[in-house]
Amino acid sequence: MSHVTDTPAELSSDVASVFHLLEPRLPSVSKPIQYVGGELNSTVKEWDCGAAVGSETVRWALMYPDAYEVGLPNQGVQILYEVLNERDWILAERTYSVWPDMEKVMREDRIPQFTVDSHRPVRAFDVLGLSFSTELGYTNMLNALDLAGIPLHAADRGDDDPVVLAGGHAAFNPEPIADFVDAAVLGDGEEVVLAISEVVREWKTEGRPGGRDELLRRLAVSGGVYVPRFYDVQYAADGSIEAVVPNRPGIPFRIRKHTLMDLDAWPYPAKPLVPLAETVHERFSVEIFRGCTRGCRFCQAGMITRPVRERSIKTIGDMVENGIRKSGFEEVGLLSLSSADHTEIGDVAKGLADRYEGSNVSLSLPSTRVDAFNISLANEFSRNGRRSGLTFAPEGGSERMRKVINKMVTEEDLIRTVAAAYSHGWRQVKLYFMVGLPTETDEDVLQVAELAKKVIAKGREVSGRNDIRCTVSIGGFVPKPHTPFQWAAQLDHETTDERLKKLRDTVREDKRFGRAIGFRYHDGKPGIVEGLLSRGDRRVGRVIEEVWRDGGRFDGWSEHFSYDRWMESAERALAGTGVDVAWYTTRERDLDEVLPWDHLDSGLDKDWLWADWEDALAAAEGADIEVEDCRWTPCYDCGVCPEMGTEIQIGPTGQKLLPLSVV
Amino acid sequence: MRQQPEQQAPPVQRLRIRYAKRGRLRFTSHRDFSRAFERAVFRARIPMAYSSGFNPHPRISYAGASPTGAASEAEYVELGLAQVVDPAQVLADLDEALPDGLDLLVVVESEGGSLSDRLTGSRWRVGLPGAGDLAPLVADFLARDEVLVERMTKKGLREFDARGAVVSLVPATEPTGAVLDLVLRHTVPAVRPDDVLTALTKVAGPDAGASLGSGAPLLTRLEQGVLDEMTGTIGDPLASP
Repeated sequence: MSHVTDTPAELSSDVASVFHLLEPRLPSVSKPIQYVGGELNSTVKEWDCGAAVGSETVRWALMYPDAYEVGLPNQGVQILYEVLNERDWILAERTYSVWPDMEKVMREDRIPQFTVDSHRPVRAFDVLGLSFSTELGYTNMLNALDLAGIPLHAADRGDDDPVVLAGGHAAFNPEPIADFVDAAVLGDGEEVVLAISEVVREWKTEGRPGGRDELLRRLAVSGGVYVPRFYDVQYAADGSIEAVVPNRPGIPFRIRKHTLMDLDAWPYPAKPLVPLAETVHERFSVEIFRGCTRGCRFCQAGMITRPVRERSIKTIGDMVENGIRKSGFEEVGLLSLSSADHTEIGDVAKGLADRYEGSNVSLSLPSTRVDAFNISLANEFSRNGRRSGLTFAPEGGSERMRKVINKMVTEEDLIRTVAAAYSHGWRQVKLYFMVGLPTETDEDVLQVAELAKKVIAKGREVSGRNDIRCTVSIGGFVPKPHTPFQWAAQLDHETTDERLKKLRDTVREDKRFGRAIGFRYHDGKPGIVEGLLSRGDRRVGRVIEEVWRDGGRFDGWSEHFSYDRWMESAERALAGTGVDVAWYTTRERDLDEVLPWDHLDSGLDKDWLWADWEDALAAAEGADIEVEDCRWTPCYDCGVCPEMGTEIQIGPTGQKLLPLSVV
Repeated sequence: MRQQPEQQAPPVQRLRIRYAKRGRLRFTSHRDFSRAFERAVFRARIPMAYSSGFNPHPRISYAGASPTGAASEAEYVELGLAQVVDPAQVLADLDEALPDGLDLLVVVESEGGSLSDRLTGSRWRVGLPGAGDLAPLVADFLARDEVLVERMTKKGLREFDARGAVVSLVPATEPTGAVLDLVLRHTVPAVRPDDVLTALTKVAGPDAGASLGSGAPLLTRLEQGVLDEMTGTIGDPLASP
């Protein structure tokens, strides 16, 4: 634990840049460019920018708790950075996790966690907003807090410390980090960050009455910001949760998620950040819609981002043109949870392909839907001759599993789709599956191999060639909060690994097809840790802290992740609670159990989720049940629209993209 | 079926560019720079000529790039264009499209020949914060015929002579430390200013380890071009031969 005692103890809230401390050490760390900022389209503002308009300044440090190369391209952070900085009284800067070599330098030279924009110490800001796409960033948050000189536990923070605020999909169950964050918000961030800024500004203008506690109270009473300290969790003798109740007057029982309506009015990022360092996504991405109502039961994103809200074809066209001109990226990604489902995707694809015909601008779309329509889209997107690869996600190997997860793709659909792909010149098709789904057996998983063989056979038949390839990519299923599978038992890692081995052996042993099928998978251990963090409660916080104190960092990186460290830490941290890792992961819950996130309102009706879980189990036994997409068959059963006062916003608009006039 | 993309036409104009790496962007690596530069030519709508093939790349040739962490006032790159353009306009548009700190200085039309053949030497300013009078040490170094140093390269640890490439080395003192004015001949393997510092440390011996100062050296390439072996000066590589 030496690194803890090395922590800079008395860092002042000095707002001066720490770059002069950093600069002499940069030549000694790997990829120093990631720490210097200066990205194209980044914003640097005066520390007291609000003073020019007679206002208190509200200052945000936005953190994506992973390495710069992963964090910089994150759309959520880029959008909030821009939305906040557009206000003349708000300043927003960015900070990312530093690699261990830089951490060592910072601890040696007492350099605090800094923002890359102006190299200001994170502790000097009013709010430290963290975006958690995944729970595996939790240890990185603790490390950043410690490097920043901010007390690890929210209870130990004083008036000079920032409000530590969590957002992102993982924040739909922030209970495992409840001891470390002051607040969490659920859902779309665009409007709520501005609302929070207003509350902070008012409180500062009044002279900070009541200190930190009063600021947090003001945020909590709105019902849109969760402040864990204002809720007590009571546990029953068997270790389960008895109740989660507000512990002071005026604090709402439930906290609501935020839903941005009319995405056309929020065309961000409008000033895309262009890093000098190499990052994981070297493209400009436009989110063509938010939300998904396909109803895949494993998919947390599809459940918590309802309803579907499309951007219009015109806005998409404008955003693409603006984005590539401002960034210089020549590759454009059309993002969403299922991009081919946009009501005018055909016109969008054709319109964009026409506009950029003859240029080197290339378009891509994460193509996950398994039908022939996808192939004609892909043809549109590769007019310039490039045929990279097509990805389809049947998710379940057997027809039975696909019914359990409500991903209604038949084998015939899949074979027809890949036949179209191979006959249009694609040589490589990637198929994505999950292992460990509820009620799954070895036989279901082995069906993946059968499917892959049929795909290759069909590919050879329609193309008349032998160099057809198919890559099977497998992920482990992790049950997530606010989904019908939130009650499900997660598959233990031993069985997961056995099933993967059987599947791999079956593929390899096949003389005719084995060599044409690639196989990519991860072992089951990281999934158990993700499962612990996903469905954990406040007691799991001690595990996270224990892991961090033992040196745990960058848990999303296989070279840094240590399963043994997590398990040993869990044993120590959960001792005496009566619960253990298996209790959180491989145990099936029942309807009566109070789930740690029950007081966090995603809009989904718990009874509907339970009924959907029961439908999944019935489908496993052969019942023919399909939940349809409410975009096409009006249905308010899930509860989100009536509960949240939202509605589906989709086209078609009937508009077409016109050629751009030459400037 | 998949078709071979058509062959691209050869460039109709070649432009040579001198640019600077300044301030915090001195930590831009060569790979980082080339990515940023490709995006900038697209943003600035420079009518680039492209290479042929399935992944056409804009025709950009880099020459003599400085090491990551070194600032520079004299980096060079050549562009192949599909249309004839006004170099002054390219200078303005490209500089606007690059982040501050990667600054365009000169754009001229190429008169042919190889740019890298005209980059045979460099003049460096080596700032050594906290260093004292280096005149005796520099004299000792210059009096030697050979000083072997080691550096980790992509091909592993290599040993080479750092003395032979030094055309001139002049120390001066400043209030904050010492400054070296260094002219290096471009050799294979390349001898970099930090190799010369390693060599000086070696010459100084174990007792004088701290004489090169306490802070991190700040390297700045001031000139790069045609080395005149007679005078030891660097000629402008963009000037008419």
